Amino acid sequence: MPVSWTLLIVLALAGAGYLLTRMRAVAMAGGDTRKLHSRPGHYGWNAALLTALPAILLIAVWRFVQPAAGTALISMVALALAAAGLAFALIRTSPSFRARNAVEGMVKGLLIACASIAIITTAGIVLSMLFETGQFFRQYPWTEFFFGTTWSPKFGGGSQLGMLPLLWGTLYISLIALLVAVPIGLFAAIYMSEYASMRMRGVVKPLIEVLAGIPTIVYGLFAMITVGPLLRDWFSQPLGLGASASSVMTAGLVMGVMLIPFVSSLSDDIINAVPQSLRDGALGLGSTPSETIRKVVLPAALPGIVGAVLLAASRAIGETMIVVLGAGASARMGLNPFEAMTTITVKIVSQLTGDTDFAAPETLVAFALGLTLFTVTLGLNIVALYVVRKYREQYE
Amino acid sequence: MNDMRVAEARMQQQTDTKISARGVQVHYGDKHALKDVNVDILDKTVTAFIGPSGCGKSTFLRCINRMNDTIDICRVAGRIALDGEDIYDRRVDPVQLRARVGMVFQKPNPFPKSIYDNVAYGPRIHGLARNRAELDEIVEKSLRGAALWNEVKDRLNDPGTGLSGGQQQRLCIARAVATQPEVLLMDEPCSALDPIATGQIEELIDQLRTEFSLVIVTHSMQQAARVSQKTAFFHLGNLVEYGSTEDIFTNPRDPRTESYISGRIG
Ligand SMILES: Nc1ncnc2c1ncn2[C@@H]1O[C@H](COP(=O)(O)OP(=O)(O)O)[C@@H](O)[C@H]1O
Ligand SMILES: [Mg+2]
Repeated sequence: MPVSWTLLIVLALAGAGYLLTRMRAVAMAGGDTRKLHSRPGHYGWNAALLTALPAILLIAVWRFVQPAAGTALISMVALALAAAGLAFALIRTSPSFRARNAVEGMVKGLLIACASIAIITTAGIVLSMLFETGQFFRQYPWTEFFFGTTWSPKFGGGSQLGMLPLLWGTLYISLIALLVAVPIGLFAAIYMSEYASMRMRGVVKPLIEVLAGIPTIVYGLFAMITVGPLLRDWFSQPLGLGASASSVMTAGLVMGVMLIPFVSSLSDDIINAVPQSLRDGALGLGSTPSETIRKVVLPAALPGIVGAVLLAASRAIGETMIVVLGAGASARMGLNPFEAMTTITVKIVSQLTGDTDFAAPETLVAFALGLTLFTVTLGLNIVALYVVRKYREQYE
Repeated sequence: MNDMRVAEARMQQQTDTKISARGVQVHYGDKHALKDVNVDILDKTVTAFIGPSGCGKSTFLRCINRMNDTIDICRVAGRIALDGEDIYDRRVDPVQLRARVGMVFQKPNPFPKSIYDNVAYGPRIHGLARNRAELDEIVEKSLRGAALWNEVKDRLNDPGTGLSGGQQQRLCIARAVATQPEVLLMDEPCSALDPIATGQIEELIDQLRTEFSLVIVTHSMQQAARVSQKTAFFHLGNLVEYGSTEDIFTNPRDPRTESYISGRIG
C-alpha cells in the first residue's frame, strides 16, 4: 500500500473523527450545547487533530530516516495510531472535558514545531559546514588559508589556497556596489517620503521596486553584455587601465543597481517612521524642507539607515551571479577597478563544480570559504538588527 | 508728565493690532473647515481660542504661520496680515514667516539632539548668532525665559528627549523663543501635562506676554480665563464671538458661547 493512500485514509479518519465526536458531544449534552465546557467544534477538532497528527508525524519521521524499507508495516502502524487517537478522543469526550484548551495546546505545539524547523535547519547547515571545514583544516594549514595571498588550486597537489585575494575581491566589489546603491537609494527614498505627492509616490515606488524583482542572473547578463564592453570601450581602454570587459567596476556598478530598491525601500520605511511632529517642529521654526531633512529627519533616522546599509552590504557580499558574469574569475589583489577579479562566492561554485573529489583540500576549501562568508554576513546582520531595533525603541 | 506719556505709550502698544484676519475660509478637500473668520489679534496680549473639538481652532492657528501649506489638500482663502502685510502674498516666503511666528505643539516634540542643540536650532539656521559666545548667551536667555535654566544648566549636552513631559514642553517653548519670534502660537500646549507642569507653563505664558503676542488654543476654559486677556470662541468652523476674556466668560452675547462656557456644548 503506497504511503499516499495511507495519508488519505488517515485524513478521512480525521474527518470522520471530527463529525463523530462533535455529534457525540452534542448528544451527551442532550442537544443543549450550553451544557458543554467548549463549543461542539472544539470536540470535533480535538478528535481530528489527535487522529491525524501522530500518524502523519510517524510517516514523516519514517520517510526521513528510512525511506525505502517497510512501507507496508509503517502504513499499518500509522493507521493503528490514527484509530487509537480517534478512539481515545471519543472516550474522553464528555460535557466537562476541556476540549477548547486541548485544541489550543495542540495548535500551539504545531506552530512551535514549524518554528523549530527553521532554527534546526540553520543549526544543521552550520554543523555540516563546521564538519567539512574541520576536514579541510586537517589537510591544509589554517594560517595559509586565512593569510595566504595566492589563490591557485591544483588538483593533484601543490595548491595554494590563500583566501585573501578572494576576500579582497568580495570587499572591493561590495564597496563599489554600496557607493552606487546607498546615495541613490537614500536620495530616492528621501524624494519619495518627503517631496513626492501621493500620486507621484504611487507611480515611482512600484517602479523602483520592480528592480527588486529582476533575477540576479539577468543583471549578470546585463553586466556582461552591456556594461562591461561599454566601460572597456569608453573608460578603461582610452585611459589605458586595461582591456578586460570583466572588471570590478562592471560587477560593482550592476550590483549597485540591484541594491538600489533594497536600500530605498528600507530607508523609505525608516524615514516614514520618524514622527511627523518632528518635521512640524522644524518647519514651525522656519526651516526649509531640505534643512528639516538634513538636520532633523536624517539624524533621527540615521541608526535605521545604518542598519539598512549593513543589510545591503551583507547581500552584496553574498551575491554570486553578477560577479561570475561581470567580474570574471581570476583571483587577484589589485587596486585597479578596471581589472578582472573574483569573489568568495564565485570560487565556492567553481571548486565544487565539475569532476571533484570530495576528500581533496581543493574541494573542501569551498566549505571553509562558505563558513567564512557565513560568519561575515551573520555578523553584519546581527549588528544591523541590533542597530535597527535600538532605533525602533527610541520612538515607542 | 513724563510718566503719563510712558503709561500712555504702553496703553497704545497694548491695543496695537498684530495680526488681522479678514474673510478667512479654509477647505480640506471638500470639507469646509473654517467659514469667514474675521479677527484682530493684539500685540503683547494673550489671546485664547476655545471651542469644541473639530471646530477649527488648530486650523486657524496653522493659517497664521502657514503651516497649512504643508498639507496637500488644504486651501486657504481670505486675507491674513501680520503688521499690515498680507502673509499669503506671493512675495512672502513661508519659511521666513515661520521664523517670525513661532509655534509650540500639542505634544512636546523635542528633536533627538542635546538640550543645547534643541534651543540653538533656530538661531543656527537663521544665523542669529555671530559666534559661539553669542549662541551660548541666546541659549541661556531662552532657557531662562522658559523657566527651565535652573533644571538643565548642568546637563545641556544630555538628549532633550530624556526630560520629563513638562520639561520637554518648556524646552520646546525655549526653542521657539530662541528664534526671537514676534508671535508665538501654542496649540493645546498643556494637554499632555500634569497640573504642576501646566501651572508652570501658564506662569511662563504670562511672563512672555511682555515680549510678544501669544495665541493659545486650549480645551480648558479655566485655563483660558487664567492666562488670556482676549478670547475667541469657535463653533463648527465659525468664529462665534471674540472679545475680552472677562466679557466672554461673564457676559457672553451669543447663546452658543453661553451654552459652551456653561458646559452644555462639548
Ligand atoms: N489634515 C487634515 N485633513 C483633513 N481634514 C482635516 C485636517 N485637519 C483638520 N481637518 C478637519 O478640519 C476640522 C477642524 O479641525 P481642527 O482645526 O483640527 O479642530 P480643533 O483643533 O478645533 O479640534 C475638523 O473637522 C477636522 O476633521
Ligand atoms: Mg486641535
